Amino acid sequence: MQMNWPRKLLIGIPFLWLLALFLVPFLIILKISLSDPVLAIPPYSPRLDLSNGFEGIITFFSELDFENYIFLSEDSLYWKAYISSIKISAIATFFTLMIGFPLAYAMSNASENWRTPLLMLIILPFWTSFLIRIYSWMGILSNTGLINQLLLWMGVISEPIIILNTNTAVYIGIVYTYLPFMVLPIYATLDRLDGSLLEAAQDLGCTRFSAFWLVTLRLAKPGIAAGCFLVFIPVIGEFVIPSLLGGSRTLMIGKVLWDEFFANRDWPIASAVAVFLLLILLIPIVLFQRNEEKQREHER
Amino acid sequence: MNHTKPLTPHHFAPWQDGTSKPLISFSNVSKTYGDFSAIDNVDLKIYPKEFFALLGPSGCGKTTLMRMLAGFEEASTGTIEIDGHNMKGVPANKRPVNMMFQSYALFPHLSVADNLAFGLKRSKMPKSEIDGRVEEMLRLVQLTKFAKRKPHQLSGGQKQRVALARALAKSPKLLLLDEPLGALDKKLRQETQFELVDIQEKTETTFVIVTHDQEEAMTMATRIAVMDHGKLMQVGTPDEIYEAPNSTYIADFIGDISIISGHVQDIENERATIIWDESQTPIRGSFERNVTKGTQAHFAIRPEKIQISKTEPSQGYNKIFGQVEDIAYTGNMSTYFVRLPNQKLITSQMVNDRRISQRSITWEDHVWLSWHDEAGIILAK
Amino acid sequence: MRKLSWFNTVTLSLGFAFLYLPILILIIFSFNESKLVTVWSGFSVKWYGELFKNEAFLEAAWVTLRVGIISSTLATVLGTMAAFVLVRAGKFLGRTLFSGMIYAPLVMPEVITGLSLLLLFISIGVDRGLMTIILAHATFSMCYVCVVVSSRMSQFDESLDEAALDLGCTRLDAFFSVTLPIIAPAVISGWLLSFTLSLDDLVIASFTAGPSATTLPMQIFSSVKLGVSPEINALSTILIGLVTLGVISASLSTKRVKTRKNLH
Repeated sequence: MQMNWPRKLLIGIPFLWLLALFLVPFLIILKISLSDPVLAIPPYSPRLDLSNGFEGIITFFSELDFENYIFLSEDSLYWKAYISSIKISAIATFFTLMIGFPLAYAMSNASENWRTPLLMLIILPFWTSFLIRIYSWMGILSNTGLINQLLLWMGVISEPIIILNTNTAVYIGIVYTYLPFMVLPIYATLDRLDGSLLEAAQDLGCTRFSAFWLVTLRLAKPGIAAGCFLVFIPVIGEFVIPSLLGGSRTLMIGKVLWDEFFANRDWPIASAVAVFLLLILLIPIVLFQRNEEKQREHER
Repeated sequence: MNHTKPLTPHHFAPWQDGTSKPLISFSNVSKTYGDFSAIDNVDLKIYPKEFFALLGPSGCGKTTLMRMLAGFEEASTGTIEIDGHNMKGVPANKRPVNMMFQSYALFPHLSVADNLAFGLKRSKMPKSEIDGRVEEMLRLVQLTKFAKRKPHQLSGGQKQRVALARALAKSPKLLLLDEPLGALDKKLRQETQFELVDIQEKTETTFVIVTHDQEEAMTMATRIAVMDHGKLMQVGTPDEIYEAPNSTYIADFIGDISIISGHVQDIENERATIIWDESQTPIRGSFERNVTKGTQAHFAIRPEKIQISKTEPSQGYNKIFGQVEDIAYTGNMSTYFVRLPNQKLITSQMVNDRRISQRSITWEDHVWLSWHDEAGIILAK
Repeated sequence: MRKLSWFNTVTLSLGFAFLYLPILILIIFSFNESKLVTVWSGFSVKWYGELFKNEAFLEAAWVTLRVGIISSTLATVLGTMAAFVLVRAGKFLGRTLFSGMIYAPLVMPEVITGLSLLLLFISIGVDRGLMTIILAHATFSMCYVCVVVSSRMSQFDESLDEAALDLGCTRLDAFFSVTLPIIAPAVISGWLLSFTLSLDDLVIASFTAGPSATTLPMQIFSSVKLGVSPEINALSTILIGLVTLGVISASLSTKRVKTRKNLH
């Protein structure tokens, strides 16, 4: 096909849009992360000055350095925040899997008539506000909240236990809001599973449990992997959950970045935090995409 | 088979008449994708009112050739003319050609009538005439009652007829049909073959059909082009292709055939003689023009042209002996698989004009196979 | 048809209770008389009344509505174009970069997207406000639209387009009279998805909004930080109600189309 005008426009418009509003901003972050903070507006230097021509570009590049990254590695706050984010995300992903898998399994075993409404019920929370869903837990978990009221009333505890503003609350919030992301891909693989495979396994001498272990679980692996990535990746950069449900000791990098930017106004450090966060995420993202590709090949 | 052939007058053979103007002409057309050559130097003329079949296995280039006519592919080299106009750079929507797609490509959001009117609305036809034309097309394919239905409410055969009617609605000079019967079941396919031929005659449109089904091509077409690896292997009427294939490839592709390879000993009186086995008599028969004395050649013969008997025929050539290895009984016919002493397997087919108990040949019998001079053909390659 | 085992029944009941109870509780307490959110003291709709007197919330809702409608419309146009490019355009220079830029924003942490866009707007000297939120939302939403539309497009029989050309359409005419009507459901759900994404977004809006514009999630966030309040419960109930209504009517309308198809 020739590069005619309509085709050029069709490709060009979304392409330029994404270049300008996705790639260029990212390059700017990269550049600022290599600059120094100054008390000015904007609060960083050097700024690219094209009026000096080529020399300006050279001085611009010569003034960039990795100072912010060195600072990042020296201040224990940052790397602790990264490690803590990964840890929280990993633990939360595990819990989500433990709850999400049985749910997806039960859904795939429901009768035909029930499956569509059940699927709808899983998807529906997607459409309701994320913020509101997290907010709903604040009233439940607080010292005077429903859980404490219930436990006090039953006499299990004598004074309120503190759940809100702890890591426990953060885990509950993550599992709650990310559960559909885990259930949907697992359900999709289980739903495609041919029931006669299990019958064949039992016919060949498996017990129901070993058939589940050897056949169902193995074949659901791509779905489980996809679900785990879909929870693990975004949770690392999560901001809303730790800031509403977490406490002062909940350390997550999304919140650190937010505070660095809005509270400290240290743009270069905030940018360095962002760039390094992305580097960390690169590995799971690549793994995730490989998993998806493998699955797509299987479907062919 | 003959009764389904278009009832064109016997002399309808414009390709033999030097003065007829072709509707389509391909001259030295090639199409390459990188290193791959999809169409390799094709020269072909198709005449008005022909029912022309492009036949070949999948990937042979027949679909590419058709898509070039429709305007969805450009030739890499060579020229394509339709009705005397060079089609280079003419987009699909400006060509006097319509196509019936293999998937039918019926617009799912439009009713049958709207599908038929789709092309008309884009031509210069006044609105008042469109309805009449749609009516006419619905009658032609007997779908008047279904005008308001959506495609998904039709059966496979009905969809096929809507697709045909839609492509014919604009009265194109040339109608392209891409595997038009491919999605239908066997019985429906046979019925539809008649209908297609019938409609072709009524509308006097030139049809070019792409198919991989040789029976379909033989039944419907006035001429067939057999393609392989982007090349035209042979172009001819169905009986030419069947009776006088120009290569063992064609012979093998169309119908069942036995092939015996040997050495050309002699050529005289329009007959070639080939020696192929010390212990058997030579084969004598008509030959294709590339066969020369002293070279390798292949004798091809259809099973139904071979006689089978337990006694030795009197003729001095065109007879071979062997042993019956297997018999396939298909009701009206019996096919005998005869193993020759040199291990070659030859098939012979006989019409069962007697009851099974009265037939004398059975497994393990030693038999003679024989045929007359005109029954087979000797090919160079 | 299989009967559910007790294990599956219990799992489903607990699972859906976990998903829906918090929302149910939130809705119930929006009708609570007392200022204390967690102690029930009687039925009342007074917090809804309070809400409609709160100008900050009304203003923010109006901003959010405008941002949502404009940005999701932009995103739908751009995302549909991008889906066309991915599915139909074949090879072109920068294709890998293009598809990378489509898929990357889907997994990009919001804090990074927000920060990078903010830095862009500042470095080219654009005043932040409604406009910048719209640009930001349109950018990440178009990627979602592209994914939704392109999955529909890849099931689309290309010979339908060719048939339209064959019957005399120009490419543009073929798009509007054949392709668009067929992919319309995907385009519409792409729009709805963009709209809810925009309605829901806190982080990116906070970065790109500037002092002049406040969206509803920003307003909710800043009041929620101070603690639970019945007014927010009332607002949440309204939002949940609207979404539920939308989802139910959308699914009913598709069901109606299906049954209509089956009737014939």
